[in-house]
Amino acid sequence: MSEQHASMRLIDAYARGDTGIPTDETWALEAHLEACGACRERLSAAVAAQGPAVTDLLDTVWSALEPQLAATEPAPRRRHRPVWLRAWLTPVMVPWLAMVASVTLLALLLDLGGPRFGEVSPVLLLSPVLPVLGVAASWSRGLDPAYELTASAPRAGLRLVLRRTASVLAVTVPVLLAAGWATGVMVAQWLLPCLAFTSATLALGGLIGVTRAAIALVAVWAAVIAAPALAAGRTGSALEADGLPVWALILALGTGVVIARRSAYTVLGDQR
Amino acid sequence: MTRAVSAADLAPTTYAWQVRTTGLKVRVGRGRMAVDGLDLTLGTGVHGLLGPNGAGKTTLIRALATVLRPAAGSLELLGETVGGVADHRALRRRIGYLPQEFGYYKRFRVREFVEYMAWLKEVPKAKIPEAVQRAVERVGLADRADERMKALSGGMIRRAGIAQAIVNDPDVLLLDEPTVGLDPAQRLRLRELLQELGLDSCVVVSTHLVEDVAAACTDVVLFAEGRLVFQGTPEQLAAAGGPEHVGDSPLERGYSALLAGPGRNGGAW
Repeated sequence: MSEQHASMRLIDAYARGDTGIPTDETWALEAHLEACGACRERLSAAVAAQGPAVTDLLDTVWSALEPQLAATEPAPRRRHRPVWLRAWLTPVMVPWLAMVASVTLLALLLDLGGPRFGEVSPVLLLSPVLPVLGVAASWSRGLDPAYELTASAPRAGLRLVLRRTASVLAVTVPVLLAAGWATGVMVAQWLLPCLAFTSATLALGGLIGVTRAAIALVAVWAAVIAAPALAAGRTGSALEADGLPVWALILALGTGVVIARRSAYTVLGDQR
Repeated sequence: MTRAVSAADLAPTTYAWQVRTTGLKVRVGRGRMAVDGLDLTLGTGVHGLLGPNGAGKTTLIRALATVLRPAAGSLELLGETVGGVADHRALRRRIGYLPQEFGYYKRFRVREFVEYMAWLKEVPKAKIPEAVQRAVERVGLADRADERMKALSGGMIRRAGIAQAIVNDPDVLLLDEPTVGLDPAQRLRLRELLQELGLDSCVVVSTHLVEDVAAACTDVVLFAEGRLVFQGTPEQLAAAGGPEHVGDSPLERGYSALLAGPGRNGGAW
């Protein structure tokens, strides 16, 4: 902001429409007026005092416009989904997140309803894969119709992937927290596998595409953890306290791979 | 004080061509090269990308949109070499892209969708409403801007797609089959818009309709089997054909003359 202001003499001449002002001075004055509120104020005062013709012209224009302006209806209030939400979620993810929440609720009901699964807690068993489904929906060529457009945008890349992952976790974790509290499962027992699977999906997704990574991980989870646990009727050691360091290790490894390969997320376009 | 013109707008241009490829190869699927050794330079103007089905037009446009990375050769966009591990963030801000299969969120309103695309393209937050309104007006959708995308007809969807492509005032605008689904009047309007945009940016329009090229393009790029067959003005394309070649107009005759050249064995079609 310049400290110098236009002289009152110049502003008065300008308000009168004085043709005697050199062109360069007019330019300088107009450029200054665009940026300087104080001088604009002085100019409007000068117009009222010095330029009755200008004031008359303005009044005429206003009196002609006002009936028309009064006749036009104000634009209808648009109901919009909040703008900030679009930065975190795509519409595609909403049904998936609803599904995650309802599956958790179902698992909770099963858990509280009866001892049909022996000692296995369905909530605990499901917790690792629930965010994986949401993450897959958030960054999938097959599920997201605007994927091609997103992949060509400057904002595509790790940050956008992380934003969407964060919103998946923001829905999944509170739901699991409530379910875990209701069933009395230790927080770390489900939170660590949940985060580990999420980071592994992203890490693997950078290599083979997020959808494929999610399918592969869900298959691994079903074969290695869920099936034996259900067959044996008790939670395997993987989900007991002994398994926690392993899950922490997977989480750290996954995060490391994601950071190391962060540029891979800008070229997801060639992965189906 | 807010600047009306940013430093980036005043910076001198350091490239001769908006698009320059040398020996460009782009792989599609496992092994096939859909673009196979392409040498091409495109400057300011409207460039019509013509070619038979499967010529590699869409693959080339996707490579120009930095969605696909070159397998070999070099691709320079606005002076920046595309490929490797760079994320091309700054470059992508200056590209507009309408894919052939234009996917959108059905529940979004037109304005909302274009706003969302402007956000994805990192248009400064304060400029988004204005840029969106201008883009929507330019494609003639201002009166339908508050309708949901799923309520629009095919031609309007296509125009919404064009609006999102031009919302960031791109220096390189890539339109893959923009005239599909447009009725004749809309097609005329689109041609006018293309000519207007082509005055100060590089517009690449892929099409299989020869008459689109005649009406709107300053330059024709004829493309077959991943290679450049011809580049020149529509008049030069028309001059290549003679009365013995197949076609209803001089341009079509030129098109079939060049594609039927030596070493080219087309299928039954």
